[in-house]
Amino acid sequence: MLDQTQVERLEAEAVNSAKTRQPLYAARKKIFPKRASGSFRRFKWLVMAITLGIYYLTPWLRWDRGAFAPDQAVLLDLANRRFYFFFIEIWPQEFYYVAGLLMMAGIGLFLITSTVGRAWCGYTCPQTVWVDLFLVVERAIEGDRNARMKLDAGPWTARKLVLRVTKHAIWVVIAVATGGAWIFYFADAPTLIGEVFTGTAAPVAYVTIAVLTATTYTFGGLMREQVCTYMCPWPRIQAAMLDENSLTVTYNDWRGEPRSRHAKKALAAGQPVGDCVDCNACVAVCPMGIDIRDGQQLECITCALCIDACDGIMDKLGRERGLISYATLSDYNANMAVATAGGSSPATPSLVRTAEGKFSDRLAHFHIRKIFRLRTFIYLGAWSAVGLALLYSLLTRERLELNVLHDRNPQFVTLSDGSIRNGYTVKLLNMIPEPRTIVVILQGLPGAEMSAVGVDLPPARSFTTLAEPDRLKMLKVFVRQPADQIEGTTQSFTFRIEDKADLESAEYTATFNAPEIAR
Amino acid sequence: MSTERIDDVSGISTTGHEWDGIKELNNPLPRWWVITFYITIAWAAAYTIAYPAWPMLSSATKGVLGYSSRNDVKNELAAAEAAKGKYVAAIQAKTVSEIAADDALREFAVAAGGAAFKVNCVQCHGSGAQGSAGFPNLNDDEWLWGGSAEQIQQTITHGIRFASDPDTRQSEMPAFGDIITPEQATQVSAYVASLSGPVHDASLIEPGAKVFAENCVACHGANAKGNKELGAPDLTDAIWFYGSGETAIAAQVRAPKHGVMPAWIGRLGETTVKELAVYVHSLGGGE
Ligand code: SF4
Ligand code: SF4
Repeated sequence: MLDQTQVERLEAEAVNSAKTRQPLYAARKKIFPKRASGSFRRFKWLVMAITLGIYYLTPWLRWDRGAFAPDQAVLLDLANRRFYFFFIEIWPQEFYYVAGLLMMAGIGLFLITSTVGRAWCGYTCPQTVWVDLFLVVERAIEGDRNARMKLDAGPWTARKLVLRVTKHAIWVVIAVATGGAWIFYFADAPTLIGEVFTGTAAPVAYVTIAVLTATTYTFGGLMREQVCTYMCPWPRIQAAMLDENSLTVTYNDWRGEPRSRHAKKALAAGQPVGDCVDCNACVAVCPMGIDIRDGQQLECITCALCIDACDGIMDKLGRERGLISYATLSDYNANMAVATAGGSSPATPSLVRTAEGKFSDRLAHFHIRKIFRLRTFIYLGAWSAVGLALLYSLLTRERLELNVLHDRNPQFVTLSDGSIRNGYTVKLLNMIPEPRTIVVILQGLPGAEMSAVGVDLPPARSFTTLAEPDRLKMLKVFVRQPADQIEGTTQSFTFRIEDKADLESAEYTATFNAPEIAR
Repeated sequence: MSTERIDDVSGISTTGHEWDGIKELNNPLPRWWVITFYITIAWAAAYTIAYPAWPMLSSATKGVLGYSSRNDVKNELAAAEAAKGKYVAAIQAKTVSEIAADDALREFAVAAGGAAFKVNCVQCHGSGAQGSAGFPNLNDDEWLWGGSAEQIQQTITHGIRFASDPDTRQSEMPAFGDIITPEQATQVSAYVASLSGPVHDASLIEPGAKVFAENCVACHGANAKGNKELGAPDLTDAIWFYGSGETAIAAQVRAPKHGVMPAWIGRLGETTVKELAVYVHSLGGGE
C-alpha cells in the first residue's frame, strides 16, 4: 500500500474556480462628453446643419414633371415601381443605376478613409450626427459634463426627475420626427403628412415611424458610442483602408511626453517636461470616452473634438497648437524617431526643439502631396470610371423601348387563302411621363402585313397606337405573308417603332416561321 | 479574495484558459449584448408558442395566434377573387363583342379564358389551339360554324352534335359511298381538290363538277364556299379538316367522319364560356 504522504501534489486549479472567475460581460461605463469649442466643433455644427437639413427637407422639394408624373423631387414610388430623382426617372429594370451609386459610395468611402481617415464616422455618419443632436439636448437640460455627472451620481430628487423626464421627452420628439421624415421619401409628402395626422395613412407608415423612432431613441440617446464600438462593421473595415499616409487624429507624444501635471516643479527639479500638462481635457470631450494619448484605437471615430480641446489648452499656455492633430503615421513615426533619437531613449523634449524653444527643422510636417499616391489614384480612378459610365448611360439611355416575343405554340398558322401567319407579343415601353403616339412599322418580309388585336384597322405595313405616359403597352400583333412570297422556313425581319414627335425610335429583329410547303 | 490573472504582454486579465501557452484574454462583452442574446432566446420560445412549431405525434402545435399558411392562401385567393369582381360583373353584363371591344375587359377575359382553355380544351384542340386532323385549328380564319365572337360563344355553349343538348349545332353529311358510284366519288374528289390546287388527272374535273352540282351544292353551295349554318366547310381554301388531297377527300366523300364537341355551359357556366369565346376569338382567326 502506498503511503499517502508520498503522493506528489500537482500544480493545478480548476479554470472556473470561484477564486479566479472573471465576469464575461461588463456594464456600459457612462460617458459625459464635455462641450468642445474650436474650429473642428464649428465645422461639425455646419455639417450637422447641412446633413439634417438634407434629410428633413428633401422630400418637400418639388419638381415639375408635367401632368402625368408626381411633382416630388425625390420620390421612391414603391407601389408603381418608379424612382424619381429630380430630372431622372428610373424604372425597375434600370436599377443598375442604384447599384452603380452604391459602388460609388463604397469606393468613395475607401477614397476618403485612405486620405483623411474615418471622416465619414467623425462628421457625417447619421449615428454621429444624431448623437451630437441628442447631446445638445442633454447639455441644454442637464448642463455640461460636471453638472451631468453630479446629477447622475446624486439621489432621485424631484429636480432630477423633472430634468430626466424633460430630456427623454425631447429625445422622443426628435426620434419621432426622424422616423416621421423617412416616410415622406416614399409618397407625396404634403398628402401624406395630412394622412398621418388624421390617422388615415397606410399602417406601414405608422409601423415605419414606430420602428425608426425606437431605433433613433435607443441608438442616439441610450447606446451612443456602443453602436460604433460593438455594432458597426465599419470600424473593422477601416483598418484595411488606412495606411501610413492616411491622416488620423493623433496624439503627438514626440512633443507631449513626458507629460507633467506640475511642469514648473518638474522643470525646477531638472526633469524633462513635454507639452502635455495632463489636464485630461481631451478625454473629457471625447464622445467615445477614450484617451487619444493611448494611441490610435478602434473606438476613435476621429471626430477631432480632442484636437479642439487640446488646442484651447495650448493657446492658454502659449504653446503651439497641434499637440493633438491630424497626422499621418509616417510623419508621426519620423518625428518619434527624432524625439527618441532613433528609439534609443524615451521621448525627450530637447531633441525636438532648438535652444530657443522653436521646433527643430528636422521634424516632418504633413504635405498635401501625401494625398496623391497610387492608392488614392486607383480609388479615384475607379470612382470616376463608375461615375462616368453611369453618366454616359444616363445621357444616352432609351426612353422608348421595344421587346418582342414570338409565339411558339403554334409557330405559324395556315390561313384559308394559303398565306402564313405568325403571332407576336409586342411590348412598347414608353418611359417618359407623357402620352405618345407610336407608329409600329414592319420592315422586310415582302408582301407581309400586320394586324393587332384591339387595334381596329385593316392589315397594313404600319399602324399607329397610343402609348400611355410612363407605362408598358402590350400588343398582340399578327403578321401575315402571302404564300407566294414566302422565302424559306425562317425569315428574319424587323419591327420598328417611332415617335414622330421627338424622333425617338427602337427596333427589334424577329423571325417569321413558315411550313416547308406553303401553297 | 479573487486573484485576477493578468496577461503580461497586453495587461488584460485572462479567463484562465490556456492552450500550449496561449492564454485567452478576457475582453468582456457589453452587458446589453448578453441581454439581447437572452431576449432572442425568450423571443424564440415565445414564437414557438405563438406560431405552429412543436412537432407532435401526428401533427404539430397550432400556436395561440392561430396562424396557418393555408389560411393565408385562402385569404389571398379571396382577395384576388374580390379584385376580379368588377371585371366578372362587367363580363356577365356585356355581350362577347362588347367585351372584345373594351381593352381592359378583353385583356382580363383573354387571361381568364386562356386559363380555362388550358384546363378544358387543350385535350382536343391542342395547347396552342392549333388542333389536329379532325380537331379544328382555332388560330386560322376558316370557321365551320362561324368565327364571330357570338358564334364561337354559341358553339362552346351548346357544343356540336352533342346529343344531350337540344340546341346543339347539328348537321350530318351523308355517306355518299352508298349514294354515288365509286367512279363518281373519284371524279367529285378530283373536282373539289382542283378548286384549291392542281390534280393528277384534269379530265376528271368536268364530270366531277357535274356530280358536285347534283349532290353537294345543297350544303356546300354552288361555288363550294360552304355554309356556316350547317357547318359545311369551304372547299376552295387551303385549310382541310380531315386532310388535303384527292385521297383524303374521297375518303370523306364515301364515309364521312363527324366531330363531336360537348356543350360546356353546364360545366363551366356562362361567365367562363364568354371568357373562352373572347380568348378563342383573340387567337387571330376570329371574324
Ligand atoms: S479620441 Fe478624439 S477624435 Fe477620437 S473619438 Fe475621441 S474625441 Fe473624437
Ligand atoms: S488636452 Fe492636451 S494637454 Fe490636456 S491632457 Fe489632452 S493632450 Fe494633454
